[in-house]
Amino acid sequence: MTEMLGARAFVRSLEREGVEHIIGISGGALIPICDELLDSDMRFILARHEQGAAHMADGYARVLNKVGVCMATSGPGATNLITGLASAQIDSSPVAAFTGQVNRDVIGSDGFQECDIIGVSASVTKYNVQVRSPEEIPYAVKTAFYIANTGRKGAVLVDIPKDCTTLSGDIEFPEKVEFRGYRLNPEPDPHELDWAAKILSEAERPLIMAGGGVIASGASPELVELAEFLMAPTATTLMGKGGFPNDHPLSLGLCGMHGTMEANMMVPKSDVLLVVGSRFSDRTTGKIADFAPNTKIIHVDIDRSEIDKNVEARTRVVGDAKRALQGLTERVKRLRTWEPTTEWRDRITEFRRVYDFENENNGPYLRAPVVIRALREELPRDAIATTEVGQNQMWAALHFDAYTPRTFHTSGGLGTMGWGFPASIGAKAAKPNVPVVDIAGDGSFGMTENSLATAVEEELPVIVVVLNNNVLGMVAQWQRLFYDKRYSAVKLKGTPDFVKLADAYGAEGVRVETMKDFRAAVRRGIKADVPTVIDVPIDPDENVMPMVPPGMGLKDTLMEAD
Amino acid sequence: MSFLVENQPGVLFKVSNLFRRRGFNIDSITVGALENSNYSRMTITVDADAKTLHNLIEQLDKMLEVIKVKRLDPLRTVRREMLLVKLGTIDPMAREDALRYINNQHGLILDIDDENIIAEITGEPEELDQFLGYVRGIGIVEMSRTGVTAIEKGRLMLGE
Repeated sequence: MTEMLGARAFVRSLEREGVEHIIGISGGALIPICDELLDSDMRFILARHEQGAAHMADGYARVLNKVGVCMATSGPGATNLITGLASAQIDSSPVAAFTGQVNRDVIGSDGFQECDIIGVSASVTKYNVQVRSPEEIPYAVKTAFYIANTGRKGAVLVDIPKDCTTLSGDIEFPEKVEFRGYRLNPEPDPHELDWAAKILSEAERPLIMAGGGVIASGASPELVELAEFLMAPTATTLMGKGGFPNDHPLSLGLCGMHGTMEANMMVPKSDVLLVVGSRFSDRTTGKIADFAPNTKIIHVDIDRSEIDKNVEARTRVVGDAKRALQGLTERVKRLRTWEPTTEWRDRITEFRRVYDFENENNGPYLRAPVVIRALREELPRDAIATTEVGQNQMWAALHFDAYTPRTFHTSGGLGTMGWGFPASIGAKAAKPNVPVVDIAGDGSFGMTENSLATAVEEELPVIVVVLNNNVLGMVAQWQRLFYDKRYSAVKLKGTPDFVKLADAYGAEGVRVETMKDFRAAVRRGIKADVPTVIDVPIDPDENVMPMVPPGMGLKDTLMEAD
Repeated sequence: MSFLVENQPGVLFKVSNLFRRRGFNIDSITVGALENSNYSRMTITVDADAKTLHNLIEQLDKMLEVIKVKRLDPLRTVRREMLLVKLGTIDPMAREDALRYINNQHGLILDIDDENIIAEITGEPEELDQFLGYVRGIGIVEMSRTGVTAIEKGRLMLGE
């Protein structure tokens, strides 16, 4: 035990967890901690809004598979983190938030910048705790990192009253923490594996759907091996994108509301569906009764509470996806005594829709899918893409191929507009030598564009491709298709000039009107020392297709809007 | 259902928050610290179908602060609830009825004056419902129920 200031104990605790970057904004309750940070090698990235800080930490975490750390002061600083924590939590991304709090004797008196952040954040975190003495700080920090980064990962929050940082205590740094109520279940039950493998080995039309759990557990090689042995067409959920290479012959691409025709048509036709690390989001399943009515579903997930929550499975394997897939592959290879034909696999091409992109332009506009495919061609295979939410996100999911895990990142569960740009900055901080692109819309980019200041200041030269249609495009698409073209609260007449905006922040801004110019702008952006904002005017009337109309099943997927 | 939780500040909030968030209504809840341990035992009564109950238990089990959670089979469980009831007994006939019902239910009379009787009744929740049915005619001035607490029979137990 050592006599030490609480603030120093906190900084030492972060260092002991291997933290290299802290993203946040200071404030009254954080002054003692920020003072200690001056004497640490950890890099503090100053955000311009705490929501951006949380998204940056989230992007950082997803790229590196390491806990992203964000920090905010008490009251409004802390509440501004909430959208970021909710986004990270529902996408199982390990993010640790540390918030300042008013002095202990003021708590509960509605003091200046006081907010009950423990109560506020309880529903959007995996775990949260308020420390009550300087001595508790190391244990709380250790716990936060342990819980954020184990099992089904998630967001955690530690609230630190200011006087716990300004006072000294007998500080001891724990080597490990223990929670009796925290069960990790990484090791799959052999009986569950036996039963699932038996069903798989008898499948004539097997299909695999890979969720974010495949990426979280690093199970892509195992997934590819099993898919190839079974000759099983493999779709991914939005969160699973990158978990199975989009250019693999068995790849079906995205399944769900804006899934590919081949994925959405084949899932309901499969006789056995192996779902790995997915929670059956309503955007993935469509109408549940039509999802896969005559299919035996095998559900693999590390979170026991997800089994039978949304879709009832024939059988389950609770455990880490990597170990489960290893166990299944080994058993299936032993059990299957017959050689499958290629008939089922070959149906992929029957359903696959070849897009007609002969016309690069649509009047004065560029076409979003063409732009995104060109972007993919200009970037190296290991480049990292983030997306915003809405049409840009679905176009990116459909047309931006991902080849390796952790190269495609999106706010899948919460659907947070404004997530992608700060997340791309966090991604760039995590991997400075890899090109990072945010595929954005003008509505989403407007929500967190002030993160440009951080990107410029911290020399994190990301590229933002703004698919600019002066409209909240996805809502407008719904109004066009299902509300008789009654456009309400979607037109963004006041969208700023993004070229001037970028310029004002000291970034590079460019507006492109031809594909040639676009490709040139991307190439320049990859080499640039400052962030690049590429403004791409697109048609406000363009729809994202295919689409499953709301309330319908995957089999009802439409290729054309009319 | 019964469960063991860490005896820490905020745990009751987190448990009840989970019920609220997932849209479940709590019929009754009782909590008390266990002897010689850092745990509390909670007993919650909900009205839910089997699938809902299953999901609820899995969600509770996932909470870090929850050590163990178990659905208690009513046939293999001893359940008890306590009722305090103040009956208006100015009328001598009413007073006589009240005393008879309380005695039949093996209740205790905790306080008595010219106008009221306060009785303590303990039993299965259905027995308390039945008792309240009898004394409703007499006039219930005020009442308070503790909620159900329960323990399994024989060798069955919550664990630890």
